Amino acid sequence: MARTIEKAVTVEPEIIAREKVPGPYANYLTAQEKAEIDHEIPRYETKRAVGIDALKIVQKYRGWISDDTLKAVAEYLSLSVAELEGVATFYTLIFREPVGRQVIYYCDSVSCWIMGGEQVRAKLEEHLGIKPGETTADGEYTLIPIQCLGDCDKAPVMMVGEQMHRHLSCEKIREIFAGENA
Amino acid sequence: MPKIKIDGKEYEVEAGQNLLHTCLSLGLDLPYFCWHPEMGSVGACRQCAVTQYANEEDERGRLVMGCMTPVTDGGIYSIGDQSAQDFRSAVIEDLMTNHPHDCPVCEEGGECHLQDMTEMSGHTVRYYEGSKRTHVNQDLGPFINHEMNRCITCYRCVRYYREYAGGTDLAALGRNYQVYFGRQQDGALESEFAGNLVEVCPTGVFTDKTFSGHYARKWDLQTAPSVCNHCAVGCNTTPGERYGALRRVVNRYHGDINGYFLCDRGRFGYEYVNSELRLKRVLGAAEKDLLATTATKDTKVFPEISPQKGVQKLAELLSPDSARQVIGIGSPRATLENNFALRQFVGDENFYLGVSPRAASLMEGCKSLHASPDTRSPTIPDIEAADAVFILGEDVSNTAPRVALALRQSVRNAVLDKARKLKIPTWQDAAVRQLDDGERSPLFIAATEPTRLADVVSGLLVAAPQDLARFGFAVAHTIDPSAPAVTGLSQPQQRAAVQVAEWLMSARNPLLVTGSGCQSEDIIEASRNITRALAKHRAAPVNTCIVQPEANSLGLSLLQPETPTAHQQHLMQVAQLVEENQEAGLGTCLVILENDLFTRIDPHIAERLIRGAKTVVVLDVLLTGTTQRADLIFPASAVVESQGTFVSNEGRAQHFYPVYEGSDYIQESWRWLADAALYFCQHNTEFPPHIEAMANWEHTADVDAALQNAVPGLAGISEIPPDRNFRISGLKVARQTHRYSGRTAMYANLCVAEKKQPVDDDSPLSYSMEGAHSEAPPALASSSWAPGWNSNQSINKFQDEVGGHLRGGESGLRLTLEEAGSDSGWKTEIPNAFAADPEQLLIVPRYCVFGSDELSNEAPGVRELSARAKLLVSSLDADRLDIRNHDRVGLQIRDQDLELDAELCADLPAGMVCLPMGIPGLPHIDLDISAYAGLRLVQRAATAPVSRNPSPDIAPETGGQQ
Ligand code: SF4
Ligand code: SF4
Ligand code: FES
Ligand code: FES
Repeated sequence: MARTIEKAVTVEPEIIAREKVPGPYANYLTAQEKAEIDHEIPRYETKRAVGIDALKIVQKYRGWISDDTLKAVAEYLSLSVAELEGVATFYTLIFREPVGRQVIYYCDSVSCWIMGGEQVRAKLEEHLGIKPGETTADGEYTLIPIQCLGDCDKAPVMMVGEQMHRHLSCEKIREIFAGENA
Repeated sequence: MPKIKIDGKEYEVEAGQNLLHTCLSLGLDLPYFCWHPEMGSVGACRQCAVTQYANEEDERGRLVMGCMTPVTDGGIYSIGDQSAQDFRSAVIEDLMTNHPHDCPVCEEGGECHLQDMTEMSGHTVRYYEGSKRTHVNQDLGPFINHEMNRCITCYRCVRYYREYAGGTDLAALGRNYQVYFGRQQDGALESEFAGNLVEVCPTGVFTDKTFSGHYARKWDLQTAPSVCNHCAVGCNTTPGERYGALRRVVNRYHGDINGYFLCDRGRFGYEYVNSELRLKRVLGAAEKDLLATTATKDTKVFPEISPQKGVQKLAELLSPDSARQVIGIGSPRATLENNFALRQFVGDENFYLGVSPRAASLMEGCKSLHASPDTRSPTIPDIEAADAVFILGEDVSNTAPRVALALRQSVRNAVLDKARKLKIPTWQDAAVRQLDDGERSPLFIAATEPTRLADVVSGLLVAAPQDLARFGFAVAHTIDPSAPAVTGLSQPQQRAAVQVAEWLMSARNPLLVTGSGCQSEDIIEASRNITRALAKHRAAPVNTCIVQPEANSLGLSLLQPETPTAHQQHLMQVAQLVEENQEAGLGTCLVILENDLFTRIDPHIAERLIRGAKTVVVLDVLLTGTTQRADLIFPASAVVESQGTFVSNEGRAQHFYPVYEGSDYIQESWRWLADAALYFCQHNTEFPPHIEAMANWEHTADVDAALQNAVPGLAGISEIPPDRNFRISGLKVARQTHRYSGRTAMYANLCVAEKKQPVDDDSPLSYSMEGAHSEAPPALASSSWAPGWNSNQSINKFQDEVGGHLRGGESGLRLTLEEAGSDSGWKTEIPNAFAADPEQLLIVPRYCVFGSDELSNEAPGVRELSARAKLLVSSLDADRLDIRNHDRVGLQIRDQDLELDAELCADLPAGMVCLPMGIPGLPHIDLDISAYAGLRLVQRAATAPVSRNPSPDIAPETGGQQ
């Protein structure tokens, strides 16, 4: 939807120049990344709203969002870095630190908690030898808590990469990782 | 007016307001956090809960948020209801689970809204025993401390910083339990209004870093009502002193000027007062051959002399001597009183304005625009109410910052109107912001650079000053075709001129903002035509904000004597006079008042002027280039140590009082001059009447009385300050709080006897904790306090309604200026269009909120930020000269060579550069003499390591903080 600025005129570019001197990150994003971001832009009312998608696109290629990547995306969308950081740090699915090859999201919300989510977390910590927010030394797994995966009736649940695991128990966790390691 | 009942009592209240606003305006205590009178309600903190009853029979009622509930006729509410009290107390208890309770080491302590509200809510015992979340703090630059652990997540900071002040580098980061209010990474906050966070944040997260260096509790500070002297907006301030040093400056509410907010130059520029460059003693220069040094023969040394000796020497200038001429050089940064005393001392015909010819003529132009019947000068609330604004040639963010903050609010009027149409109360901030689809009240900026308001403009024209003036003339012609037309305007400019004219003509409250920022008389002339045309169209004067650079620019121009032989009173005239006198074998004695000539005119000419004078007397606050060349130096009071008057851009004469007495021999400049007059009269039998009159000046009121007799435009000025004999129940107003501590002991390290408090004969204020406190009228009230309200929010208790006017009347006198000549009709001299010359770039002045103000540059934090000042270069010229952003460039201006960093701007037309003015370390460039420069690359900026395109694999970069 195009914005209507009722009173504002579009004064010709000679006089209302909104051009920008190219910023320091002008060449940072790849053509592919830019193209995918451009594709998202018309789908939202404001550039601000594109922020989350843009971050996801870039993260898809780079694995995580470094400070420089954050700044490059902000520059590309003409957003302030602080604003985009607000978006990046709000969503669990955006990584501001390098993560392992697989990310384990265990649910720490109410239903899962009632159904023994805490034991699941303890088991995961024990099995992987890391605390939530950390990555295993071999760079394989990162453990991240998440608020409700929308599968409450099968609580407790977790997601490893894209794969959901339901009705978790300590036993089940052992099995899952036994299979993975095999 | 709706009638409501609160806790059984009936009130008649303003319709359309929310209950919190209403309760506070009625003087009732109701706690709140997220609401702020300037920012409206979002209902986030749940602190302002009250019980609302459906009818008289309803006994249980239901909880509502005061700030989100419109008052309705017949409404029945209770603040004291137990369930509401319990709820509020529980909310605080919840907020406090993470709060460190570190009041004893917190600089907010004693003036903390959180402390006040906690007490008010009745939550006085802490039960929570769990651990608290902690945060890593950031370095936010020289002005502001960050202590995130104290945050109660009320979101006021980001709402103020982003939505109200337009800042972009502060945000709410993280989520849940871990919300963090900060920057993306360490670094100075970018907004020039960041300092208000110190007062906006209800806790000790953001505190004043400059204050930390010499901290004292609020109740231990001695304060007095003062006025900011770092630009001509005239914001009201409360500076605080302890142990003879200035500790900080905070906002002092004025309903017609600053309201709740200052700019950072005004808040943090105060430290110049404590600077090592401060003059405190009378010094008489002696030339000395310094053996075995590299000093040149005429290097001066400045042995201290006794004040009596100094005054005697100054008095010698009063004895008639046909072999010399005594010239007084005034200053736009000195008070009316000091300037007037100098004028009286040297005689009207020998008084000069102390500015360059261009500045003098601009002062004259601004004054006459002020006096024009076509203009009316707007208050800050008037500016906020404007629904169409045209800024012509002024970068207000840097020359009158508080005005820029008001303009930022003005563009919201379109959205506010829309809300009103939809019957959404304008205080419903979240709802109103939802409505905001980008529609804005028009703000068109025609300036020499995009300026910091560019993010809210409806249109922008960046051009050379002469082209801006031409554009202005074209707007006037469009409004009224009988105004002279401009030929040769480009099509887009022509169309934009039509658009701007339409906006101005169809607006209810149009506003023109103009001023001397471009140093262009043409722009003032064009403004003349615009106001004339628009006033005719509206059959009413046009709100016109006329910006001049210094605290008393307008006041000084009023002091220009109207002698029959009206001479041009600028410094070049003095330079010429000195030379003529030299040739005629006459000596010239200069008495220079609070002025550094090297910042006013070409430094070579200033040097010649001073060297050519026989005697140079300087009265000033700081050791400046001019002071160093003086023969006799008197220490002058800084504003915080003086009583005096400034005339702001609004044309408001504002009186201020000393917070403390300056140390050593510091006193107001007029007193030195009056002392000399007295000495002269005592030691001579014949003396002119005006010197005799001066000799009798004892109090500031005496000077003001003489001033208003001598200067017609200043009629009424001596009635502004409450009379020095003014008393409240027989008491003076106390400068110290009733809790001021340690007075009997604070100087015990020097002498065990209690030091006598200084006596203030000059004003109705006392240097004491004894006296009237909260009862003082606004003009004398330096800081507000009410039982239970220790923070700045206590101002609620002194306003006719929250966020409204101060009870007892806003201080200051709006002067009515009379236009000198008769109405001169249309201005017809339209300048030629700017023609770019690739070899010789036009130099256009650029002002920096940190860096272009002489005095605040001596505050270390301001000085640090002034180093950011850059030369603005057009991308077109940069491409041609192979200059990139941030490169070091050289500017060849006649015989001077400047080096500074370049900032590229794609909006800037080719052929001009914007040179920052007044920056420490850069010589003053007199644009009257050197208007053009050659530009070259000196050194390529170190390229940031980020302009690479790393492979899409995981880059081994350092992580963020989450
Ligand atoms: S930092 Fe201060 S203003 Fe901002 S949310 Fe926290 S308590 Fe409120
Ligand atoms: S806007 Fe001007 S008067 Fe107001 S605080 Fe800033 S410098 Fe001082
Ligand atoms: S609470 Fe765990 S999936 Fe909903
Ligand atoms: S002040 Fe009403 S909810 Fe915060």
